[in-house]
Amino acid sequence: MTSTRIDRRMAALKEQGRPALVTYMMGGDPDYDSALAVMKALPPAGADIIELGMPFSDPMADGPAIQAAGLRALKGGQTLKKTLAMAKDFRAADDDTPIVLMGYYNPIYSYGVEGFLEDAKAAGIDGLIVVDLPPEMDAELCVPALEAGLNFIRLATPTTDDKRLPTVLQNTSGFVYYVSMTGITGSALPDTSRVGEAVGRIKAHTPLPVCVGFGVKSPEQAAAIAAAADGVVVGTAIVNIIAATLDADGQREGDPAAAVSAFVASLKTAMIEARA
Amino acid sequence: MTISAAPSLNSFRAGPDEAGMFGIFGGRFVAETLMPLILDLQDHWQRARADADFQAELDHLNRHYTGRPSPLYFAERLTEHLGGAKIYFKRDELNHTGSHKINNCLGQILLAKRMGKTRIIAETGAGQHGVATATVAARFGLDCVVYMGATDVERQAPNVFRMKLLGAEVRPVHSGHGTLKDSMNEALRDWVTNVEDTYYLIGTAAGPHPYPELVREFQSVIGREAREQIMAAEGRLPDLLVAAVGGGSNAIGLFHPFLDDPDVGMVGVEAGGRGLSGEEHCASLTAGRPGVLHGNRTYLLQDDDGQIKDGHSISAGLDYPGIGPEHSWLKESGRVDYVPIMDDEALEAFQLLTRLEGIIPALEPAHALAEVVKRAPAMDREAIIVMNLCGRGDKDIFTVAKMLGLEM
Repeated sequence: MTSTRIDRRMAALKEQGRPALVTYMMGGDPDYDSALAVMKALPPAGADIIELGMPFSDPMADGPAIQAAGLRALKGGQTLKKTLAMAKDFRAADDDTPIVLMGYYNPIYSYGVEGFLEDAKAAGIDGLIVVDLPPEMDAELCVPALEAGLNFIRLATPTTDDKRLPTVLQNTSGFVYYVSMTGITGSALPDTSRVGEAVGRIKAHTPLPVCVGFGVKSPEQAAAIAAAADGVVVGTAIVNIIAATLDADGQREGDPAAAVSAFVASLKTAMIEARA
Repeated sequence: MTISAAPSLNSFRAGPDEAGMFGIFGGRFVAETLMPLILDLQDHWQRARADADFQAELDHLNRHYTGRPSPLYFAERLTEHLGGAKIYFKRDELNHTGSHKINNCLGQILLAKRMGKTRIIAETGAGQHGVATATVAARFGLDCVVYMGATDVERQAPNVFRMKLLGAEVRPVHSGHGTLKDSMNEALRDWVTNVEDTYYLIGTAAGPHPYPELVREFQSVIGREAREQIMAAEGRLPDLLVAAVGGGSNAIGLFHPFLDDPDVGMVGVEAGGRGLSGEEHCASLTAGRPGVLHGNRTYLLQDDDGQIKDGHSISAGLDYPGIGPEHSWLKESGRVDYVPIMDDEALEAFQLLTRLEGIIPALEPAHALAEVVKRAPAMDREAIIVMNLCGRGDKDIFTVAKMLGLEM
C-alpha cells in the first residue's frame, strides 16, 4: 500500500523524536463555519493529526461530552456529506496535516461504502476509525478502505489480550489507537505506568506507532502518556472547551477556535518537554 | 444408515451462520472492548445449549417458577363474534411477571451464573423486561441495574416501584432523547465500562451475535408448546400465526418452530402509531431500511443521513426504531408477512378482548389482536389462527384511561 499523510507524518515525528499530538473534534459542532475555524486552528497550535468526528444519533461508545457535541452538530444541520465537505475546505489551505474520520458505521453504510470511499479520498481523508466495526466485520469497510488507499486505524483495548491482538492488528494501518481503559470516551485515566506496559505489549506485535487516548484531559496527563507512547489522543477535553464557548442553547458566545488553539498549544508544549 | 445432522439448505431454521448472519442481517457490530466479551458469551452459550443439565434446570424453572406450559386457549366468544377462523391464544400473559419476557430472562440468568458474573444490567422501555430481569436477579441473588428512559420512568411508575422492591437499581436515562434506544446505548456504555463482572441481559432478539440466536432459543418454548397443544386440540397445525413485533422476541419465539411448515402462514404486527405517513410510528420493517445499530444490521427507522429516528407507539413495548435481524431476513425471504396496526385499532382490540373474553391484554398483543380481527372474518370457519397473547394489560390501564379520556 502506498504511504499516506499519516505514515509520512508519523515517520517524520519519529525521526525528530517527538510524540504525535492527535486531536479530536466533532465535525459541525456547533455549526459548520465554527467547526471549520477550529479545524484550521489545530495544526498551527501544534496538532499533528486531526480526528474529525462524524456525528451519529446513537454514539454508544462515547461519554456525555461527545454525545452532546454530536447532537449539537446534528441540530446544526451536519451530515456525513457536510463533514466530507469540511475536510475538503480544510484541504484547500493545508495539504499536509493528516485527517482521520472517526465515528460509527451506519451513516457510512447509509451513504454507500463505495461512494463514501471515493468521496472521502477526493476530500483528502487519510484514515478511518469506525468504532463499531471490529475485525470480525472487516469485509464491510476495512478491506475496501485499504484497497482504496486509506488507513484503517483500529482500537486496541485492555480487553484485547495477547491471543486476540494479532486479529486486531491484522488489517490495521497508520497507527494503533490504544484505548487506555475499559469505558466510554472522557472517563478517568488509569495510572500511566499501566499504559506504558500496554504500549509495550502492543509493540511486541506490530511495528506501527501506538497512540493512546480515552481520558487524557490535561497537559500533565498528555506529558505522562507522551513519555510512554508514540502519540497522545485528546478528544473530550477539546470538545469540552468548545462547549464552554457556547450558551445554554448551543449558540456561540465566545471564540471556540481561539480557546481550542490555546489549549492545544499547552498540550504540545508539555508533551515536547516530557520527551526532552 | 447415516443421517446427516446438517440443516437442510432449504430450511428457514438454519440461521444464523457462524458469523451470526441471517443473510445480510445480524452480525457483530460492536466496539473492540466488547468483542472479547461477546466471543466469551458465544462460547458459554454453545456449551450450555448442548448441556443436558442446563436444559433440565431451565425446564424446571419454566415449569415451577414461571408456570409453564402456558395454556393454549380457544377464544370461543371472540371466534363467534368475528364469524370466521377459529382463534386460539397462546397465553404467555399468565406467566410469572405477566409476559413472555421471563422465558428469556431465566435462560440468560442461568448463562450469567455459568459465566461467573455477579452483576446484571438491562434496558427497558415500559418496564416489563426490567421487571422480569429484576425478578430473576432477585431469585439468583445478583446485583441488578436497569436503564430506563427518563420519560418512561415517570410514565411507568408502578413498574419502577416493582423493580425497586425486587432490589434493582433503576437508572433514568437522560441522554439522547431518553427513549428505549437511548437506554440500550446507556446499557452498552455500562457494559463497556464494567467488563469483568457484568452480564448484559438484552430483552429482545436483537443486538450482536449471539444474542438474537440465544433469545430466540429461550423464547421458542412458546412455539414448541403451541405446536404440541394445537396438535392435541385440533389434530393439525394452524393456518396462521399472529404476533406483535417490537424487537420481535415473542414473535420469533412463536414462529421459529413452525418456519419449515410451508402451510403455516405467519404475520408479524408492527406498531403503526399515528400512521406511516408521518414520523409517529415504529414500523421499521414496513417503513424503514437496512442499517446498523446496537450491534446488528437490520431494518431501522432512519433519515437520509443514516441518523436513527425516535419511534412512537401507544405501546411502550413496541417503541423501538429497530427489529431483531432474523425478522428482517424473514421479511426479505418472504416467509413472514409484516403489517402495521395503528394506535386506535390496537386500543379498540384491547377493549374488545376485555369485554368478550374477560382477558385484559397488554397493548403489544392488542396490536396482534387487531390484525386477527381484520383477518379472521375472511377466513374459513375450519381455519385455525394461533395468536401470541404475550403480556397482560395491568401495566397499560393508565395509558388506556388517558387515551379514552377517562379519569381513574
